[in-house]
Amino acid sequence: MFGCEFYIDPSRCIGCQSCYQACEECETHRGHSMINFDFLDREQTVATAAYVCWHCDDPTCAEVCPADAIKQGEDGIVRSALKPRCIACSNCVLACPFGIPKMMVSEQMMMKCDMCYDRTSVGKRPMCATVCPSQALAYVTPEVIGRRREKPTNVFYFGGQRVTTRVHMMVPSGADSISLDVADYIWEEAYATPSRA
Amino acid sequence: MPPLHAPDPEPLWREEVPIFEADERYVSRRQLTKFLTLTSLGMFIGNLWIAFRSWLHRAPSYPVCSVAQLDELPLGGVKIFQYPTRNDDCILVHRSDDEYVAYSQKCTHLSCAVYYERETDRLACPCHRGFFSARDGSVLQGPPPRPLPRVTLKRRGPELIALGIQPGKEA
Repeated sequence: MFGCEFYIDPSRCIGCQSCYQACEECETHRGHSMINFDFLDREQTVATAAYVCWHCDDPTCAEVCPADAIKQGEDGIVRSALKPRCIACSNCVLACPFGIPKMMVSEQMMMKCDMCYDRTSVGKRPMCATVCPSQALAYVTPEVIGRRREKPTNVFYFGGQRVTTRVHMMVPSGADSISLDVADYIWEEAYATPSRA
Repeated sequence: MPPLHAPDPEPLWREEVPIFEADERYVSRRQLTKFLTLTSLGMFIGNLWIAFRSWLHRAPSYPVCSVAQLDELPLGGVKIFQYPTRNDDCILVHRSDDEYVAYSQKCTHLSCAVYYERETDRLACPCHRGFFSARDGSVLQGPPPRPLPRVTLKRRGPELIALGIQPGKEA
């Protein structure tokens, strides 16, 4: 399975949570799932989305860590916090633009998806990708993903911050990046209350 | 004249706190040299300090004080006194008519108090059956590794005074 990349397509997610359970079964962090599972808008839709860590090329979580606990391997995988160093300050949890790191209060440390380092390093697929029935989480070669209608991108804009990642997001063909600005989602009084004039 | 080194674009803390795992383990030649130099310097200063201290304490000075009156001890009598400090028990033995000897009472094995055996004229440690000669403090038998430190005595008029302690040399 070497030469494979991770692709995430939320439009394929059927909300079965197999990935969530499979991740929890992993020996290296049994009982703690590292999948970020979202219900997008429960009032309006049954749509769900499951994410793993995007493994940024320049990881914000590691940049903000005051304890030097988050490291990126030579393969570009950003690991969980190093247990002897992590001070459970939650800086990474707040800083990550994708909201990936999880503060495990019981362990007093941050844990996050490390793309099943124990499996991928010996040529196996990550747990979540092996169980995903709709391949919303897919660990395949670029040739295989090229047959899909959606196209992969790994460029994200969060306001002024440009983030490139190891994991790819499937976007409609034509889009070459994903742009989000928190300012667009800020609650503003003028929009919230209808005008009385 | 151009600068010898181009200015480093990366700040120093970035070098010290790298994000990449491999960079964290990397030790540059300059770092190793710095470590070796500083460690050697530390060792050198430590050695100087040790030498200076041993030079300072080259000749320990002992107080001169009265130990006993001559007529206080009968032949074969023993007196325990404290020398050079109040915590150091010593034993004074009247061996023969004109001979007084004094030793530290601490056995050189495990610091039990030794006592005088008059019949055999030796100092005995009851803990592990160590025996010292009362004549010169040397080890006769048992586990003690060194002779007993001997207190230098001097007669001044009717009293005995202690002048110092000679540490027992390793056999």
